[in-house]
Amino acid sequence: MLNRISTYFYQRPKLVLALFLAPPMLYMLVVYLGSLFSLLINGFYSIDDFTGIIVREFTMRTYTQVFNITNREIVFRTATMALVVTIVDALIAFPLAYYIAKFASPRLKTWLLIAVTIPLWSSYLVRVYAWKLILAKEGILSWFINLFNLTGALEWLLGLPGIGGSSLSLSPIGMFIVFVYIWLPYMIIPIQTALERVPGSLLEASSDLGARPSQTFRTVILPLAFPGVVAGSIFTFSLTLGDFIIPLTLGNSKFFIGQAVYSYQGTGGNIPLAAAMTMGPVVIMVLYLLIARRLGAFDAI
Amino acid sequence: MMNNPSAPAIRFDKVSRHFGEVKAVDLVDLEVGDGEFFSMLGPSGSGKTTCLRMIAGFDRPTSGKIHLYGQDVSSLPPYERNVNTVFQDYALFPHMNVEANIAYGLMVKNVARQERIKHVEEMLELVQLSGFAGRKPSQLSGGQRQRVALARALINHPKVLLLDEPLGALDLKLRQQMQIELKAIQKRVGITFIFVTHDQEEAITMSDRIAVFNQGKIEQIGSPSDIYERPASSFVAGFVGTSNLVGGEIAKRTTGSEQTFSIRPEKIHIGSMSDNPASGMISLDGVIRDVIYLGLFTRYLIETEDGVDLVVVEQNLKSTSMDVLSAKGHKVRLSWHQDHISRVGG
Repeated sequence: MLNRISTYFYQRPKLVLALFLAPPMLYMLVVYLGSLFSLLINGFYSIDDFTGIIVREFTMRTYTQVFNITNREIVFRTATMALVVTIVDALIAFPLAYYIAKFASPRLKTWLLIAVTIPLWSSYLVRVYAWKLILAKEGILSWFINLFNLTGALEWLLGLPGIGGSSLSLSPIGMFIVFVYIWLPYMIIPIQTALERVPGSLLEASSDLGARPSQTFRTVILPLAFPGVVAGSIFTFSLTLGDFIIPLTLGNSKFFIGQAVYSYQGTGGNIPLAAAMTMGPVVIMVLYLLIARRLGAFDAI
Repeated sequence: MMNNPSAPAIRFDKVSRHFGEVKAVDLVDLEVGDGEFFSMLGPSGSGKTTCLRMIAGFDRPTSGKIHLYGQDVSSLPPYERNVNTVFQDYALFPHMNVEANIAYGLMVKNVARQERIKHVEEMLELVQLSGFAGRKPSQLSGGQRQRVALARALINHPKVLLLDEPLGALDLKLRQQMQIELKAIQKRVGITFIFVTHDQEEAITMSDRIAVFNQGKIEQIGSPSDIYERPASSFVAGFVGTSNLVGGEIAKRTTGSEQTFSIRPEKIHIGSMSDNPASGMISLDGVIRDVIYLGLFTRYLIETEDGVDLVVVEQNLKSTSMDVLSAKGHKVRLSWHQDHISRVGG
């Protein structure tokens, strides 16, 4: 009997493939794309300003609201933060990933990779609150800065319009520091993986043919690591775009997208506007991926 | 003293390279002449590749000096040595097409684009790949990649070209064809080639001279015929071709000295028991224990009266497989010319 079943499947490879692929495909279609579609639709509903009840009739009113001056500023502020966080993460991650991939001994490599990923083992919330304390006015960081007599520099930094505040934990600068810290592993790992796949002989060949180290970096290492940088930046960029815990915990009263969505659907009860706001990051990410493809980031995949 | 054209292309002066406790290269002295096709032959881990890497500059000697046309290059980085390498895995840049790969050496030296294109075309012609400039390395076969790697290394007109087992990844037919082609290209460009290989046949076919490496030291340096016909040590006799090593009692009885000697399987003649050895011939009686028919020739395993096994190879000039296979168990009289033995000491 078992024999006959296995023979039956052996003769029908396409059926086997369909059986294996059906559950994940269904999940993707229904749960993943379905909820995305539901968000899109909800944005076309609106809220009755007087009663607070959702009116399930097609209208462009809610999406128009996304483009009012307040929300435009929120989207711009969030996208700028995401961009700066991504660039700084890439700059910090690259040398570290390069060292792990190309210089560290196998033993050291294991330890460094553990060190990079260990923060991910603890709760994200705990780490954000820890940073809130570190960056607080009486926190360990200001204590350190005081120790080096740099309080003046810190005060100057906090006095900058737009990004300053009364303390690091209550300023966009502090928020930026925490974002950079929180998403750094998501940038290191893809770059390290990309560099790991670059054979050492390519670097030797470049040097052999007369390229100085800086030329080898520009013409061989960077182009071959670029897909990894893009993969990492997709993480750091999209995670920053959608995050609401860090803007809630740190920084000033100025809203970020995730925070706005959180308050619209929670305290505001304006689910249609929350849904419409969510489409902001989705559109930005699609544009981002299109640009990345244009730059040849996916050629190697 | 900068480049001295009368100095040897490469000179090793007591060069050692240690990796911790391991002596990968141990006090090697070596000279390679201008325009020579020089092979470094040896099993893996014998130090030949480390020597090549030290010439290229990827590795530095722990002690000793390396001279390139009289100039001490021991501590120069690879990009300041006029030496280029063809890598075992070709190491072509996957994100560049054939043209950009070959032009790389000129590009990093800021040679104008027009001139680069002209030189690339010459190189493509030299390696018979005209018309492939636009292809990516992933669209080429193994043999074509090999040619691109060669063109890329030659475009800089290096003083010495280093080849690190460049034919290892090719199949037999292609390898034989590339052997001939490499040799022809070397003649045309007149550059000193240093060729690392573990394939003794390849080394013998292509080289002007061969250095046989073993455990970080050079066992013997000489022309292919020197190495094959007069191996200086039992290691060389065993590594380059097959050889019978005979020592002790039989050595004393047949040659008058207990010193071990080597005799090549094809130099031994199998005769009948009634044969009388001519003058200058050494003879031994034995029994054919095993026969392996190999088409072009037959390999016999013969046990001598003293209990020593000798391998003998004979061409199948007149005999068929039926004839040779039926010889198993026969008593035979072996003989060889005394000049064909080589004392290997020990």
